[in-house]
Amino acid sequence: MASLLRYKSPTPLSFSSTISSTISSPRSFSCSPRRYKLPSIQSKIREIFMPALSSTMTEGKIVSWVKSEGDLLSKGEPVVVVESDKADMDVETFYGGILAAIVVNEGETAPVGAPVAFLAETEDEIAEAKAKAKGQSPPNVAASPPPSPPPPAAATSGPRKIIATPYAKKLAKQHKVDINKVIGTGAFGRITPEDVEKAAGITPAPSKSIPAANVVAAPTLVAPQKASPTSFPEIPGSTVVPFTTMQAAVSKNMMESLSVPTFRVGYPVSTAALDALYDKVKPKGVTMTALLAKAAAMALAQHPVVNSTCKDGKSFTYNSSINIAVAVAINGGLITPVLQDADKLDLYLLSQRWKELVDKARAKQLQPHEYNSGTFTLSNLGMFGVDRFDAILPPGQGAIMAVGGSKPTVVTDAEGFFSVKNKMLVNVTADHRIIYGADLAAFLQTFSKIVENPESLTM
Amino acid sequence: MHSSIALSLSSPSTICRSDSSNANASNSLTPRSLRFCGLRREAFGFKSSLSTHRLESSNSMRRGFSNRIEASLAGNGAPSSKAFDYDLVIIGAGVGGHGAALHAVDKGLKTAIIEGDVVGGTCVNRGCVPSKALLAVSGRMRELQDEHHMKSFGLQVAAAGYDRQGVADHANNLASKIRSNLTNSMKALGVDILTGFGTILGPQKVKYGDTVITAKDIIIATGSVPMVPKGIEVDGKTVITSDHALKLEFVPQWIAIVGSGYIGLEFSDVYTALGSEVTFVEALDQLMPGFDPEIGKLAQRVLINPRKIDYHTGVFASKITPAKDGKPVTIELIDAKTKELKDTLEVDAALIATGRAPFTKGLGLENINVQTQRGFVPVDGRMRVIDASGELVPHLYCIGDANGKMMLAHAASAQGISVVEQVTGKDHVLNHLSIPAACFTHPEISMVGLTEPQAREKAEKEGFEIAIAKTSFKANTKALAENEGEGIAKLIYRPDNGEILGVHIFGMHAADLIHEASNAIAMGTRIQDIKYAVHAHPTLSEVIDELFKAAKVKANYSSPVAEPVAA
Repeated sequence: MASLLRYKSPTPLSFSSTISSTISSPRSFSCSPRRYKLPSIQSKIREIFMPALSSTMTEGKIVSWVKSEGDLLSKGEPVVVVESDKADMDVETFYGGILAAIVVNEGETAPVGAPVAFLAETEDEIAEAKAKAKGQSPPNVAASPPPSPPPPAAATSGPRKIIATPYAKKLAKQHKVDINKVIGTGAFGRITPEDVEKAAGITPAPSKSIPAANVVAAPTLVAPQKASPTSFPEIPGSTVVPFTTMQAAVSKNMMESLSVPTFRVGYPVSTAALDALYDKVKPKGVTMTALLAKAAAMALAQHPVVNSTCKDGKSFTYNSSINIAVAVAINGGLITPVLQDADKLDLYLLSQRWKELVDKARAKQLQPHEYNSGTFTLSNLGMFGVDRFDAILPPGQGAIMAVGGSKPTVVTDAEGFFSVKNKMLVNVTADHRIIYGADLAAFLQTFSKIVENPESLTM
Repeated sequence: MHSSIALSLSSPSTICRSDSSNANASNSLTPRSLRFCGLRREAFGFKSSLSTHRLESSNSMRRGFSNRIEASLAGNGAPSSKAFDYDLVIIGAGVGGHGAALHAVDKGLKTAIIEGDVVGGTCVNRGCVPSKALLAVSGRMRELQDEHHMKSFGLQVAAAGYDRQGVADHANNLASKIRSNLTNSMKALGVDILTGFGTILGPQKVKYGDTVITAKDIIIATGSVPMVPKGIEVDGKTVITSDHALKLEFVPQWIAIVGSGYIGLEFSDVYTALGSEVTFVEALDQLMPGFDPEIGKLAQRVLINPRKIDYHTGVFASKITPAKDGKPVTIELIDAKTKELKDTLEVDAALIATGRAPFTKGLGLENINVQTQRGFVPVDGRMRVIDASGELVPHLYCIGDANGKMMLAHAASAQGISVVEQVTGKDHVLNHLSIPAACFTHPEISMVGLTEPQAREKAEKEGFEIAIAKTSFKANTKALAENEGEGIAKLIYRPDNGEILGVHIFGMHAADLIHEASNAIAMGTRIQDIKYAVHAHPTLSEVIDELFKAAKVKANYSSPVAEPVAA
């Protein structure tokens, strides 16, 4: 049992960082363990961070310190037992050294990423680490109350009574919303989960529990339930099903898109090379979505205007990062999880990230920045056999790419020879206030070159 | 719950062991009938602090015993021709009374059962039975709502909804069905069901309605009612007890549950599955105080934290006012230690689940000089009623919630059977440490015997060592096939002789899995023996198999337990 729960810190997930008192070279930021053995770096005090032990963990409680101050630690030894929202886990140190100062004591909690202890490399540095811990702890103490809602709630309960439902409180904690600033709209002025979601800027996903709660309310209110199947005059017998919140949001966005002058440019792209690459990397967990997102991101890097936004009708807003939103249909709704910095991440990381996003979207755990930070949208209906379609530009973005299915097409080359090649039709819808036909054409040409010579995608 | 286990520990269960076996031997009863069900010195380990009491009781025992043998010789098979109307009269037709009645008929006693309300008592009408119906619904709702769970099976389910009345009807129908089964089983066996409120008039004399009957032996099995602390106004609509909640007349959007024991926990499972949000109010410093701390901690992670539940611990609900005039239910919380007002909750409903109080008023106990203790009828280890001067009241027994030893339906039934064994001439002492308990949340929690802290305390006092073995449902094939890998089983045992002290399970079907352990405790089976028993693969029972196999018992210990059980 214990061994099952034991948390081995995987190498890429470092929870210690390095504070170098003498920043001797820019490379000292590197986390490579080899680095700090170089004699050129004089003194190293390392922080042990509160690790994120699960995707939903926002803070952790120290169950017990396995080691105490002054103990000599070697790399990989368990130092502290942390209780997350899911389990107790032994956390191992990523570095060797002397445990100089414990900042967060047993039974206390700290937000993920906050230092919980300091490591000194030699005995001489213990004092320095202690000083750092002291310097750290006041701001840390000052910093820790705000994320935990209860103390401020208690403080303000005198003047204004805050009544929030259990789930509302949980959501507020999860989305870091200050419950004291939320205005309750529920019965008796209660703060409801919906109020918190609104305050967090979430258009609530159609979570299953909400329709269930409605069903709950309906029988108790006796009549209203029967009110829903009202028939409209035109066609007797038709049924009206109200939008879920997600569907309502889609509807609103689509209406807004009508105020943007858009145009479309299509481009046939040969996919033989891409298909070959896909077959090769598929066993490594790479999806077609990741390949297309990566290709689009690389093309966007060369054509920043296609990645820009027109916010006020008077200017270009060039986005500093390339965030590819990918449209996904989810139980009668539509959501666009965002692959941030898609041009910078390698294909494998991108695929992994995509998988996480989809899992989160299904579990309705997407954070706002994970679905509303897109700068360019990709919509792919190729898997359904659609050969071409055009997409509606979502508000706040400059362009959206609609990708059709790849299918064998008869082509003639420059010499007039016929051949059959797999081609897919790519159709981009763009905001003509900022992106002109030539921009889009050039972008599509670059995109097509990348797809037809996809080796660069794997680099 | 656990207070009752502690109670049974301090009861003089080893009294007159040699005495009764002599009596049995002289009456040429086969030793086979001498059943010390799971009675072992190791499990009880009493000091002789009760020696005076022991003397008294063994004297009265001897007296009672000779009578009894006469009666059982004369009365077996046919109604007794003596002055008594019945051999055995049971007051209260709950599960305890029913269990006793069936066994009494089996033993050839002419038996009557008196019921002032409906047959079935709390368990069948307002407790275990209807709550299991609601929990069956909540389990399915939970599963259907858990999209991730469904997807992992490859199942697609459209939004799950429910019809409150339909759910309520299921619970109600189940209760009526079990009630009629119970009634019919007693009628078919020839138990007289007498309707009326039973009152004890004097020794061996009971009144129901206007009729007075006599019986050689009487069992009090009047059960309990929900306990409502003072300051709480129950209106049956917005401030309710489990009696009302089981009718499921409405599903509030937000309900406060006062008390986080079995009842509160099960209802939190039901209400959250049906879409309510829940706030627990617990007087002790931690939730689920009765459970083994490790199990409680895990249960909190699974049953409380991820659900729409919050809680206040270390506080009493000092005043609860039902909703009226457009105002919500208000609950004043005071600090359990300082008694200062800490907070006021405003919720849609409040469920009082602070425990159950014995239902012993109007029983006529004053007629036989018996004084209740906080309403409970004082009894000895053999369920014989003790009067105000500390003497045993002859021919009077009390079983079930009314004696407060262990407030569980099956404990009442077991106590009833034990009493019938005694009145038919076979000494029998029930080992309460072998009685399992279960909480039917999703997943379930079950336990038998001691918790880890209780075992450690006992071990320290008596100078032996204990060890812990644990297995996880994550390692069980069947659990994984069901996508229910969440859960652990924990065994507390003596490594020196392999005795099982306690088993605690949290996980799928935990309530069904506990019996292998409780039977082992009852039979005195040691780990080194039971570990060779074979379990079908793949089944959840292998979790328990693994548990026994994981225990490290010192090998050279030979088990003496096998002989008495071999019969």
